[in-house]
Amino acid sequence: MERSGRAVAVILRRELAAYLKSAHGYVIAAALLLLAGVLFYAEALGPRAGERLSADVLARFFFNTSGLVAVAAVALSVRLFTDERQTGSVVLLNTAPVSDLQIVMGKFLGALAFLTAITVATLYMPLLIMVNGRISWGHVAVGYLGLVLLGAAVLAIGLFASSLTRHTLAAAVAGGAITGAMFLFYPLSFVVDPPLTRVFAGLGLHGRHFSDFQAGVLHLRDVVYYLSVAYFFLLLATKALEAKRWQ
Amino acid sequence: MAVPLGDPRPDLSRIADPLGEPFNVVIEASGLSKYFGGKRALGPVSFTIGRGETIGFLGLNGAGKTTVLRILAGDLRPSAGTLTVEGVDAVRQPLGVRRLVGFLPELPPVYPDMAVTDYLRFTARLRGMPAGSALESRLDEVHAITSLDPVRTELVRNLSQGYRQRVGLAQAIVHEPALLILDEPAHDLDPAQIVEMRRLIASLRGRHTILISSHNLPEISETCDRLLVLDAGEIIAQGTEAELSERWLGVQRTEVVIRAPGPGPLADARGGGEAWGDGAAAALERLRRLDAVKEVTLGEGEHEGGIVIVVESASDRRAEICRTLVEGGFDVLRLGHRQRKLESIFLGLIHGAERTRGSGHSAA
Repeated sequence: MERSGRAVAVILRRELAAYLKSAHGYVIAAALLLLAGVLFYAEALGPRAGERLSADVLARFFFNTSGLVAVAAVALSVRLFTDERQTGSVVLLNTAPVSDLQIVMGKFLGALAFLTAITVATLYMPLLIMVNGRISWGHVAVGYLGLVLLGAAVLAIGLFASSLTRHTLAAAVAGGAITGAMFLFYPLSFVVDPPLTRVFAGLGLHGRHFSDFQAGVLHLRDVVYYLSVAYFFLLLATKALEAKRWQ
Repeated sequence: MAVPLGDPRPDLSRIADPLGEPFNVVIEASGLSKYFGGKRALGPVSFTIGRGETIGFLGLNGAGKTTVLRILAGDLRPSAGTLTVEGVDAVRQPLGVRRLVGFLPELPPVYPDMAVTDYLRFTARLRGMPAGSALESRLDEVHAITSLDPVRTELVRNLSQGYRQRVGLAQAIVHEPALLILDEPAHDLDPAQIVEMRRLIASLRGRHTILISSHNLPEISETCDRLLVLDAGEIIAQGTEAELSERWLGVQRTEVVIRAPGPGPLADARGGGEAWGDGAAAALERLRRLDAVKEVTLGEGEHEGGIVIVVESASDRRAEICRTLVEGGFDVLRLGHRQRKLESIFLGLIHGAERTRGSGHSAA
């Protein structure tokens, strides 16, 4: 168990260092922070800003940022295996005494650490609301937990897409399509008949599950949902790697 | 599909340790095969490799060399058959096998964004080596072995192909594996780098059991103890270069320069007149009567005042040739022994296998 954890930690550190040393990581971080800042400016300092409660402004901030985090998660994750296949370095991982699950977990946690860091870098915006209005730390903490969980679920989807191919563009299309489809489940739940209504609403990546987080309400079912989505796609990614050895 | 070029299983007694130690098997493959989407890429092949051997895998593109090496390295799982490395089952305990193996694929598995030492430290940690002074001293040792000291802090992306290949080799040996697998180690190197890589591999002999695949026939010839020749996914022959030459093509060529006790013109020898010519004819006749000799001819030109006789035999007959000529009263000025070049052995084997397959198909 200790050895297993150590292998995951070794891969995690390598992935995190790769993001910190690459233009790719900085471009994604800069784009997320810039767009989050622009949207925040429009929400909090725009012409109708004074009519809103601080908690509403914070909820809108989490809503807007959730979309950006999802896009950033796809962009960060789709290269995790495609790059390795293109350079040939994937052979190093495949022939090392580490399991496919350890490889997947190391890469996933490395990407999650970087995504969490750039998400938390938006914290100055809730702090600005706090200075000028009244919001609770609990609301801020739950909102960020929601962003990280949503990011983890989308990272897992992107990682799975990346495990399927050596072409980054194909992985990006696949990862984006799965994420987009899962985002659409919630709006689709309004136009389908029961019992599909509940099924679609329950499966939606956003909407019902994220709305509680953005309002500062923590429900165990939402946490379990995002962790389940992440687990499911990480498992699929592991199986995809195993399948490639048998092909 | 049988290729009747002989049983590919090695005679273990033949390759046993010269000191009489029992043959210590590192790799045992039986009925190993690999299919990619229904298309057979390898096998079934069976072979055994002993500790400390340096084995060359020889074959044309698509012969199955890389496939068999990737299976041995744990990168691929076999579709059928059994494989053990140091007694560890590669299918049931793949991680156990991967701990014993260092693998340098055709394209070095390097991260361009990492410095050389950081990369090697990462690969060592990935193979389970704990951080600490032991790891750092091993890294120093590996840098020295692979002559990477001048580029320790360089990013891999800034290195020449030769250095990248050495970094690839360094990661393969950093954890001191029992089995070292090198797939085309001289790939894309210039002649000077090829010589350097060959020297480096030679320096690793004795520390690891080494498997090498290469298109570079001289490299295989100079580096390896034994060859496995693959064609269309099957092992069609194996043995030392000399054994392959003797067993599969049956020709060894010996050139002798002889001189009669008394002076005489070369023309007489060819014309069959005078004492010299009679002597030469007698010498040729004596040599033709030796066991395993297939053909004896007069060679072209004159060397050191003597004539050249070429003897083609099924096995090495140098001692008998020399003795026969000396007993016949000739001075032996020079005796050269030439096996068939590896290229011609290789091509002969491949063409033989193709012919066999062709006749099999037409018979079917």
